[in-house]
Parts: sequence; C-alpha cells; structure tokens
Amino acid sequence: MASSIRVRATSNGDTTEVQALIQHPMDSGFVKDAKGEIIPPHFIQQLTFEYDGKPVFLADWGGGVSKDPYVKFSFKGGKKGDDLKVSWSDNKGATDSTTAKIQ
Amino acid sequence: MSSHEFSANRRLVLKGIGVAALVGFGVIPLDVPQALAAANDKYPEEAFKQKTEADAIKALYGKTPETSDKVKMDAPEIAENGAVVPIAATTTLADVTSITFLVSENPVVLVASYKIPAGTVPSVANRIKMAKTSNVIVVVEAGGKLYSATKEVKVTVGGCGG
Repeated sequence: MASSIRVRATSNGDTTEVQALIQHPMDSGFVKDAKGEIIPPHFIQQLTFEYDGKPVFLADWGGGVSKDPYVKFSFKGGKKGDDLKVSWSDNKGATDSTTAKIQ
Repeated sequence: MSSHEFSANRRLVLKGIGVAALVGFGVIPLDVPQALAAANDKYPEEAFKQKTEADAIKALYGKTPETSDKVKMDAPEIAENGAVVPIAATTTLADVTSITFLVSENPVVLVASYKIPAGTVPSVANRIKMAKTSNVIVVVEAGGKLYSATKEVKVTVGGCGG
C-alpha cells in the first residue's frame, strides 16, 4: 500500500533539509458538509522525524493545519544514504510511518 | 456560508464549555494514543482547546512572550485562500527549543507547535488554515524564555471550506 507520507531529505554535507507532504483530510470539526452536517474532527496530532534513533523534529498539530499538510525544516548532520524515519498519529488513533533515504 | 459558520461555532463553544466542566470534575478519562507514549512527548490537549492566544500560550508554556525582532515570520500580506496559507518562521535566537504558530481569529487559536531538538535549525515552514483576516503569531522558545512576532494576514476567502 502506498504510504500517506512523501518525504524528501537532501544533505548538502553539513545540514539535511527535509520536506514532507502527508495525505490527510485534516478535518477541524468546524466545517459542515453539503447536507449541513458537521464533519467530525479528523486530524494528525503528532508527527515525528527520527534520525539515528533520535528525534530531530516533532510536531504537535491541531485542526488548523491545512489538508494534506506540508512541513519543511533542516537539521545539522545527516549523511547521504542514511535513513530518516517519519511517523504520525491522528486523533482517531490511526498511524503511519515511512523511512526515507537521505539524498 | 457565514451564518452556518456562526451557528456551528456557537454550538461548539457551548459544547466546549460542557466538556471543560466535565474535565474539571475529572469525569472524562483522557484517551492518549499509544504512539504518543512511545515518543515520550505528550500531545498538549489543553492548549489546543483555548480560544485566545494568551490562554493557548499559557497552557502550552506557562509563561507569556515578549515581542522580539529576532523572530522573523514569512507570511503573505493577503491570502486568497484561507484553507492554505503558507507561513514560515525563523529566528536568530540561540538555544531554540520550540516554535509555535497561532491564529487569533481561528476557533482554535493554536495551530501547530514544533519541538526543535539541539542540532535542528530553528526554521520551519508549513501551511495553515485561516477562518478570516487575522493576526498570525509565532512564538519561539529560546533559552527558557518566550519571544514572539505578529503579522496580520488578510484573507479574502475563509478557510472554513478547507
């Protein structure tokens, strides 16, 4: 099954730049559907990036983050060919994770 | 559209008050997903319930920030689509441990909070929803203190459809 997470990590030898795009509805719980019924909240609450067994970036998200969320950050270190692990969990208890190779 | 939005908001506010009252009596067991325990990093449930930026910042950090020109925010002057507003923040402050984004006019003002472990560059870009024209606030925690920057972003189409 295709992962919900697309991640690109690029090292310039000194720092690694990470961009991630996740497929998720990110329903805030404040929006109504065409029938006027409230779409229940369904959003990613936590997103973690791990390199070399240690977290390099942690996100706590609310329903105010856009649908199919995007995030970009950089960390010092990270070698080409090394693994970067990405995982998320949402308010309904669903989770997904993937491992990307640093390019 | 906007009248729907209003009634929905009011109902949610009322519901929120009810929930808050119940939590006050310790009736509702907190349902923390497994993954959070593993990350040893608790999701700030309370902070995401607050209706004002001051309350949200207090719930998250227990302190109030001071305005700093060392906190830089890259946000559009006008956002045509409130459902997807690209906002980036960076800072020249040292020892940054977290960066938080808030939107004052959103029903939940706290949007996203990022922990910055040592070795991670204190610079984050993300995309957020905005219900209407509002101040966007970035709070940076550095050396145990809070610093903030605020910028108004005009929204022509609200993010309620997003």
